Amino acid sequence: MSAVISPNTGVNTALRYLLLVVFALIFVFPILFMVVSSFKPAQQLLRDTASIAAFLPVGDLSFDNYAAAFRRAPVALFIFNSVVITVVTVAGALFICSMAAFSFAFLEFKGKEVVLAVLIATLIVPFETIAIPMLMLVNNLPWIGAGGLQFGWLNTYHVQIVPFLADALTIFLFVQYFRDLPRELIEAARLDGATWFQVYTRVIVPISGPVFATAAILKFLAMYNQYLWPLLVTQSEQYRPVMVGLQYFFQLNIAWGEVMAYLSIITLPVLIFYLVLQRAFISSIASTGIKG
Amino acid sequence: MKKLATLAGILAISTAPAWAQTELSLWYHGAGNPTEGEILGTVISDFNASQSDWMVKLEQFPQGAYNDTIVAAAVAGNLPDIIDVDGPNMPNWAWAGYLAPLQLSEGTLDGFLPGTIGTWKDQVYSVGLWDAAVAMFARKSVLEENGIRIPTLDQPWTGDEFNAALETLKATGEFEFPLDLSMDDRGEWYPYAFSPFLQSFGGDIMDRTTYTTAEGALNGDAAIAWGEWWQSLFTNQYAPGTSQTAADHATGFIDGRYALQWNGVWNALPALEAFGDDLLFLPAPDFGNGPKIGAASWQFGVSATSQHQDGASAFIEFATQDKYVAAFSNGLGLIPATASAAELTENYKPGGPLAVFYDLSKAQGTLRPATPGYVVAALEFIKLAADIANGADVADTLDAATDAIDADIQRNNNYGF
Repeated sequence: MSAVISPNTGVNTALRYLLLVVFALIFVFPILFMVVSSFKPAQQLLRDTASIAAFLPVGDLSFDNYAAAFRRAPVALFIFNSVVITVVTVAGALFICSMAAFSFAFLEFKGKEVVLAVLIATLIVPFETIAIPMLMLVNNLPWIGAGGLQFGWLNTYHVQIVPFLADALTIFLFVQYFRDLPRELIEAARLDGATWFQVYTRVIVPISGPVFATAAILKFLAMYNQYLWPLLVTQSEQYRPVMVGLQYFFQLNIAWGEVMAYLSIITLPVLIFYLVLQRAFISSIASTGIKG
Repeated sequence: MKKLATLAGILAISTAPAWAQTELSLWYHGAGNPTEGEILGTVISDFNASQSDWMVKLEQFPQGAYNDTIVAAAVAGNLPDIIDVDGPNMPNWAWAGYLAPLQLSEGTLDGFLPGTIGTWKDQVYSVGLWDAAVAMFARKSVLEENGIRIPTLDQPWTGDEFNAALETLKATGEFEFPLDLSMDDRGEWYPYAFSPFLQSFGGDIMDRTTYTTAEGALNGDAAIAWGEWWQSLFTNQYAPGTSQTAADHATGFIDGRYALQWNGVWNALPALEAFGDDLLFLPAPDFGNGPKIGAASWQFGVSATSQHQDGASAFIEFATQDKYVAAFSNGLGLIPATASAAELTENYKPGGPLAVFYDLSKAQGTLRPATPGYVVAALEFIKLAADIANGADVADTLDAATDAIDADIQRNNNYGF
């Protein structure tokens, strides 16, 4: 078999790369605009939007917007809050949702399909429609903390975590993935005397890297971008996350340079998380690719 | 041991007033504006130190999220004692049971600009320490070069004069547009800045004699005349339409691409910096029923669920002192609520660079309809103003908005009127 590349293949490859470059630019340009603009004074930033200069680091560049952003809002506190809330929720949700999905995929119990159908149906209910009833609920729930038994969850971290530890989309993702796994693996483990929990931890979890990575990325983005719920339940600045913090920058005269600086800063944790999980995602695919 | 006990006793006595103070929570929309927080912090610490009954504690929220937070808190049943409220929203919050009437000493509000006093059903529910106003930003040199009369508070442009000025400025070919209305800001700016034009034509967002209908006010002959004029601003290319960007608005006048700009006092200082003495702040044109501009900004009120409404009112009364009114004006650049406070400010004292705004607010300031229904009516006005600017049929659009506002009023049993 020779390795000669036909002219047609070369043209196709070039076209494919051209298309990929165009798509890459479409996705990169907004981020480039955000980062570049964060170094420009407000008036220059606005004037540059009329030309390609909007994407170029030209003109009077400085870190002034970053310094001003830190003066305007407790940026570090907001990032800390968001990271704590997001990481704890993602970790908890991966465990709880995958366990729930495991039972839907592999265990037999009465009404399983009905329960799953109802669960999936909740995907079409917008969060906004249940936000107020949820608010009234959490405002009356008990919680045992450092100060003993208290009623009302407002102005806490757990009010931003607990309601999102289980969600239909994540469970559905796991169920779909688990159902495609070879049942022989589970049957073999059961024959060897493994309990259901051992099957989950020692057989299913190790070969489910891709779905864990995918669910983690989706859940991370959903939690990190939370706005409405934290807005309703955090009346104290101490517990506010980054997206509520963004509102600090929208005054009568909007300082767009500071907005871009703040957005650049709060985008970093998302990029870091994605890059870390991207590796896990790829290696999971590589390691599980042999299972078929 | 005896010394320790004595020391503890002295400490207990010296701190006794602080222990006796009852805490009052105050929610404010100024998060993200350190200057505003600092000034309010001074007022609070002065108040707390001035008496032994009350201790005000501040919690700040970003402006864009503030109203939603208040509504959520009302649902959850944990409104604070003192709330700040945007003037036109006050009647809605009073009607919804969020606010209680203020308990102020007689004469507290003497001399306050009308736009700073929030009244509903003959009771004062809120008071502002400042007001905001809109003016026509213009350059003296541009008007003089083109032979356009410079209007005054006593002799504003008539509608015809204003239209002729726009045509003259357009004919020069020097400007991208003769007028900038900030059409990009499709929020409360629309009813605040544009409904006074409608009122100057003789129409209104709703019938203020009953507050139970918009019929006749929003779709009568005067309103249709306003709608046709409004639409002509865009069909004649006098002003950029709804596709205008925030960047165009922010730079257009200062860069000389727009000749006139209908703008708020909060943008006056940057414009002054750019043009100095050449800059003019002109009154609104008179379209037949007097020149009018919007009024009412953020104000302080007392929560209806507060257990300490007397203390909350006492704080608000304390904050109305001239020195605090002046401090807010100096810090925020907005119009001080009283003439005596204006004299203490940098910008609004007689001869100050923004003093004209105080006069404008006093002479032309017109409150948006003081009714709970305003919240919905404002949304309808935003929609109709944008639709008409985009070429919709004027009469049909005004009729549709009138029907929508009336339907909302009926659904809510006339909002108690």
